[in-house]
Amino acid sequence: MSANRAIDLKKTAIDWLGITPFLLFAVMFLIAPTLYLVTGAFLNPAGEFTFENIGGLFTDKILASYWISIKISLASSIGGALIGFWLAWAVVLGGLPSWIRSSLLTFSGVASNFAGVPLAFAFLATLGRTGLVTMLLRDWFGINLYASGFNLLSFIGLTLTYMYFQIPLMVLIITPALDGLKKEWREAAEILGATNTQYWTKVALPILFPSILGTTLLLFANAFGAIATAYSLTGSTFNIVPIQLYAQIRGDVLHNPNLGYALALGMIVITGISNLIYIWLRMRAERWQK
Amino acid sequence: MKTQKIGAWLAIFFGASYFIVPLIATFEFSLRMRRGEYSFDAYRSVFSDVQFRESFSYSIVMAILTIIFGVLLVVPTAYWVRLRLPQMRPVVEFITLMPLVIPAIVIVFGYLRIYNSSSYIPFTGSARGTDALLMFSFMTLSLPYMYRSVDTAMRTIDVGTLTEAAQSLGASWPTIMFKCIFPNVMSGVLSGAFITFAIVIGEFTMPSLLNRPAFGPYLQLIGANRAYEPPALAVIAFAITWGCMVLLQLVSRFSKSAPSKP
Amino acid sequence: MSFLELAGIQKSFGPVQVVKDFDMTIEKGEFVSFLGPSGCGKTTILRMIAGFETPSAGTVVINGRNQNELKPNQRNIGMVFQAYALFPNMTVHDNVAFGLKIAGMEKSAVDARVKEMLGLIHLDHLADRYPYQMSGGQQQRVALARALAPKPQVLLLDEPLSALDAKIRVSLREEIRMIQQQLGITTVFVTHDQEEALSISDRIVVMNGGRADQIGTPFDIYNKPATRFVASFVGTLNLIEAKVVDPATNRIIIGDQEITLREPLGSIAKAGDKVSLALRPEAGSIAEGAKGDTALTGAVISSNFLGSVIRTRMKVGDAVISFDMFNAPGLMPPAVSEIATLRFTASDLLIIRE
Repeated sequence: MSANRAIDLKKTAIDWLGITPFLLFAVMFLIAPTLYLVTGAFLNPAGEFTFENIGGLFTDKILASYWISIKISLASSIGGALIGFWLAWAVVLGGLPSWIRSSLLTFSGVASNFAGVPLAFAFLATLGRTGLVTMLLRDWFGINLYASGFNLLSFIGLTLTYMYFQIPLMVLIITPALDGLKKEWREAAEILGATNTQYWTKVALPILFPSILGTTLLLFANAFGAIATAYSLTGSTFNIVPIQLYAQIRGDVLHNPNLGYALALGMIVITGISNLIYIWLRMRAERWQK
Repeated sequence: MKTQKIGAWLAIFFGASYFIVPLIATFEFSLRMRRGEYSFDAYRSVFSDVQFRESFSYSIVMAILTIIFGVLLVVPTAYWVRLRLPQMRPVVEFITLMPLVIPAIVIVFGYLRIYNSSSYIPFTGSARGTDALLMFSFMTLSLPYMYRSVDTAMRTIDVGTLTEAAQSLGASWPTIMFKCIFPNVMSGVLSGAFITFAIVIGEFTMPSLLNRPAFGPYLQLIGANRAYEPPALAVIAFAITWGCMVLLQLVSRFSKSAPSKP
Repeated sequence: MSFLELAGIQKSFGPVQVVKDFDMTIEKGEFVSFLGPSGCGKTTILRMIAGFETPSAGTVVINGRNQNELKPNQRNIGMVFQAYALFPNMTVHDNVAFGLKIAGMEKSAVDARVKEMLGLIHLDHLADRYPYQMSGGQQQRVALARALAPKPQVLLLDEPLSALDAKIRVSLREEIRMIQQQLGITTVFVTHDQEEALSISDRIVVMNGGRADQIGTPFDIYNKPATRFVASFVGTLNLIEAKVVDPATNRIIIGDQEITLREPLGSIAKAGDKVSLALRPEAGSIAEGAKGDTALTGAVISSNFLGSVIRTRMKVGDAVISFDMFNAPGLMPPAVSEIATLRFTASDLLIIRE
């Protein structure tokens, strides 16, 4: 009896030993750094508990940077999701030749990974002051983009740039979901008298809703944490939160290291909230899923 | 039916112009270095730059190390979770998805605080130590993709039966791991590896804040100081990403034709 | 005036003609099965009635109204699909209510009708379940209720049983037939399973290569197959090659045994011609005192006990003939290589015209 128990215990111990390296890695390089910042956000430089840092976030400058970050992330994720869905719909249900589908998917694989500094270069070469499109619009159509108020280093410009990786990401994630729509659902709805619009609003979109919204929230987090593109487009002149945090890490521009932790905590809270919404939606959808 | 097809073509036309115009523009811009005519001078200038070669090879070495260590961490873990600890699956999956939720800049900020030269584990105390920390940070960034692709590959083979078959033939654990499991999840490992490669080569935030001479910070530096080299570099970066993805597609197509259950 | 009329229907997909010149009229309240192997065009005809495919030529008329210009959602037809096709995001109640809500029915009327339909299929207690929480048989019954709820003029069933287990298949097909007779709804049923078609239809259409080989009652289809294809597709059948000895007296020879046919041979063959004959396995017996005016003798090749019947195969010349006998406790299956004599009535031996 006790010998069996000993063997059982040993087996359990070995079971857990198997994922120890992974757990150690996760604690050292994901969990501990995050926790350190989260707790640091509630401490003053002397190590005492305080809400001062959180309060310190509520200055015009920091709030403005959160607001512009949220605006850009929302615009680029919703825009990316809508256009990405349109493209995915076109290749799955639009009756296009199949080579278009495979080209779009291959290209999306590339473009969704084509972010960061090179993307900024590409858009500067396109829509910057001497970019190709800017020049062509001026020479061919007499439209002066920059005189009409457009600036690549702005909300619109950055949103347009971010969509270059947001749209392909949406295409990659939503295409399988669209493939999963069964032809019979449409036929069943149709034979029961539903129009095309009724089929989409009552059957197809409710079925796709969790994937669409989940992907949009993923795109939101993706844009919210991105820094390289914005930084190399604008230097540190454009105050989105990641750039502020970057400047803070490099040179303590806020003159309070713990305020930096609070800044980071704010980012985690916002991406965390978007994920909680996603999980909540998934649970709602699971009422009718296996 | 008719309007649907028009809408679909419209979508493709719109998407194609949005995606292709910047590529053409970038290429065109990169040829403008010589006044009044197109030339490849910008590329010549890039390739002759010592810093380009140094930072690029640094990033390649880092990418390879990240892939090796990432695979050694992820494959046994995914295997073990499937075989012995299925109850830990949700936890492990949650952890692997965390890097998608917590921004990279926040993670590296934490590293700088807890692994500085005056801490218990002073990674950033030496150049080698910082390199190691950078590699771990790359592993963290690529964790969601690596784990996903390996775990998907593992789902298609019956890990339990495969292990029992190997054990009944007298194989030891290292033999099982490297002779049975690895070859069978090779397609997943490779697709994870290509995505990791693409991520590591272009990553800016982590090496920049850890002050290591990687390709990403070099790109940013050139972007801030030169006019015609940046678009040339963007073209090169796009080509590298494209290469990675084409290889990934080839691998997944190859593994699909292999006789295994989907 | 018949209720559902298919006149001169043709359908081609590109260069492939799937349905060739199909004509048929179906009466109100009739249950008609389309039977045939896959690719014979039966599903295409069903989909043309539903409006999912447009005929390349010909018309579909329901209750005196040409349907060709109508879209599926204007036809008031009920359809049940092979893979259930319930909407996964709706409960059983909402699935059944779907067509009624689309038609703009009031909520109280919708609820009453849904209740009635769920009562009809005996699933009232599962109204709040989602499709994934139910078995295949239950899902298909819900699909039937959903199709019937808006009181369609015609009910179309596209292989509704083929995804189900054998036992459920039998009980559900009986249920479908009962409900169909209770409501008196005109029904078109597509299947590749001959037993299904024989057991529940008023009439069967046996399809082969885009044409109807035979249209008739189950009894006629089984007992008087019009073509070799119908004979071989419906039921197990012995096909025997024989040589005509004398067309005037209907004498033929099988192996080395000469027998007389009941059907007149005179007009279709002359002496020395080969003819194909069909014999149902249940038509003959080797038991002592078996009835029949004709006999063939041969060696038993195999004898298999299948429960209620014993299937024996014996060799007569070059031909192998199988026949079934009912199991009886006192009856021993014949032994292999035993010489047996099979007796049957000459009129059971049919001449197959190609």
